[in-house]
Amino acid sequence: MSMIKALSALAAMFLIAACSNNDTQTASAASTTVTPGSVGDFRQNVGDRVFFDTDSSTVREDGRQTLNRQAEWLKKYGNYQITVEGHCDERGTREYNLALGERRANAARQYLIAQGIPASRLKTVSYGKERPDPVGSDEAAWSRNRRAVTALE
Amino acid sequence: MMLPRRTTLLGGAALATIGVAGTARAQLTIDMTRPSFEPVPIAIVDFKGDAVGAQMAGVIRNNLQNSGLFRVIPSSAYIQKDVDATSPPRFPDWRSVGAAGLVVGQVTSVGGSIKVDFRLWDVVTSQQATGLSFTSQPSNWRRLAHIISDAIYKRVTGEEGYFDTRVAYVSETGPGNNRTKRIAVMDQDGANNRYLTDGKTIALTPRFSPTLQEIVYMAYGENNGPPRVYLQNVDSGRRELLGNFPGMSFAPRFSPDGTKVVMSIAENGRTNIYEMDVRGRQLRRLTNSPAIDTSPCFSADGSQIVFNSDRGGAQQLYVMSAGGGGERRISFGDGRYATPVWSPRGDFIAFTKIGSGGFGIGVMRSDGSGERMLASGFLVEGPTWAPNGRVLMFFRQQPSSGGRAGAASLHQIDITGRFERQVPTPTDASDPAWSPLIPQ
Repeated sequence: MSMIKALSALAAMFLIAACSNNDTQTASAASTTVTPGSVGDFRQNVGDRVFFDTDSSTVREDGRQTLNRQAEWLKKYGNYQITVEGHCDERGTREYNLALGERRANAARQYLIAQGIPASRLKTVSYGKERPDPVGSDEAAWSRNRRAVTALE
Repeated sequence: MMLPRRTTLLGGAALATIGVAGTARAQLTIDMTRPSFEPVPIAIVDFKGDAVGAQMAGVIRNNLQNSGLFRVIPSSAYIQKDVDATSPPRFPDWRSVGAAGLVVGQVTSVGGSIKVDFRLWDVVTSQQATGLSFTSQPSNWRRLAHIISDAIYKRVTGEEGYFDTRVAYVSETGPGNNRTKRIAVMDQDGANNRYLTDGKTIALTPRFSPTLQEIVYMAYGENNGPPRVYLQNVDSGRRELLGNFPGMSFAPRFSPDGTKVVMSIAENGRTNIYEMDVRGRQLRRLTNSPAIDTSPCFSADGSQIVFNSDRGGAQQLYVMSAGGGGERRISFGDGRYATPVWSPRGDFIAFTKIGSGGFGIGVMRSDGSGERMLASGFLVEGPTWAPNGRVLMFFRQQPSSGGRAGAASLHQIDITGRFERQVPTPTDASDPAWSPLIPQ
């Protein structure tokens, strides 16, 4: 009895694997579920955040690529107002991190302006270390928390 | 929201000495300049005359025991069970339980008020060490117990007490990725906790005005609004925006005379320190660097400001004159230095230090010499001084795990690094700010 169940579960797994193999990109599979030009589209297919090194507000190469995609998308969908949120990991003091988050948000904002997004569309806000995402106290979490998030409204 | 009114009106007067007359120096003292001083053994008898007397004695016992400078002898050990507040105790009975000091008191109802007499007996010399009488509203019994604790502390240690004080802090509740952070105020011992903000937006870094009537803090606006500095009356709850600037304003602190607030304003990636005149609301820039200059704090005499800046690369401590200018670095050790706070006595600056191994709380002399670490941990931050410059409070945060925010709690510690204890709060707590002594 339990053997039969296990076999059918295995068969299901093969089916799923077959499906995803048929799609050339998982991202394009996901994109079918969001409307182009929506906030969901921006988050899933463009990427709404860039990451920073410890105590740094220099936009890295991987961040520049994300911001380039963001700028392209934001030019296409000009109806959004943009707030760039700056964040830090928890290994700094609260007030310093508020300032560091502002610096990161400002660095991402300046980069987007340089790519042709009008400054009037772009606000910044810093959350310092007050809004971790993900919540965690290891290097994996910290590296994701040192971020600038492009939020649309 | 409303705090009980503080109009206390304490009639305070010295009580006449009873028993053996004389001005001989008593032995009930502690020499805190000796590194290995022993706590003073003290007995505190329930005050007589009213049920509140036992509660007052409880508050006093808790205060003195928590200071680390006293060892409170449990009542179960007492030989003399019935001690009158108006005549000398049987000193041999108190010597044989090991007490150096004995506190007795009497509570009397006078019209709508209570009259509280207390005496501190020096058991070693069989003399009255101090005695005071207070009249106040009955609801003030806790404050009276704190004021009596301060009188005992001062008589025994030679230093001002710090028990009749409050602590403002950030109350933290909710999930790790969306914490509710509210400003709260409580008595130094954790009693009378009240919330001053509603938690709809994040509020951080409260600081008391010198009279305790107002606090300044930073709060986010509604709907993703940027952080701004607010001035709020503690009793009425009325709050006003302290300047509406294009950038984020944060890290506010009062000057010692309460006429000014210094704060940081961040704009276009630069954070500088500004001073605002509280009455006229004029703003003046004190630093002008492309760096992050923040966490300013006045010296006790108001003539200088210490702050942290990363202008030299990493965060270090700098001192400048209160009007700006004359900036000089004072921290030179390994690691990053942050959140400097000048002792009310003027002798030390406490700070947070971030090294490769974690966080620490330390003190250094105001010229940067004599650095000494008092506490360390995964995350310790934000020291604040008791008004006597002898005790510090700070917060500890544990590592987060499983998506849950690590517990955050307030701790106090003696300037020697001894006697660390957790300060009770109803919720997780961070960012304490210790008030001056409550004006009497």
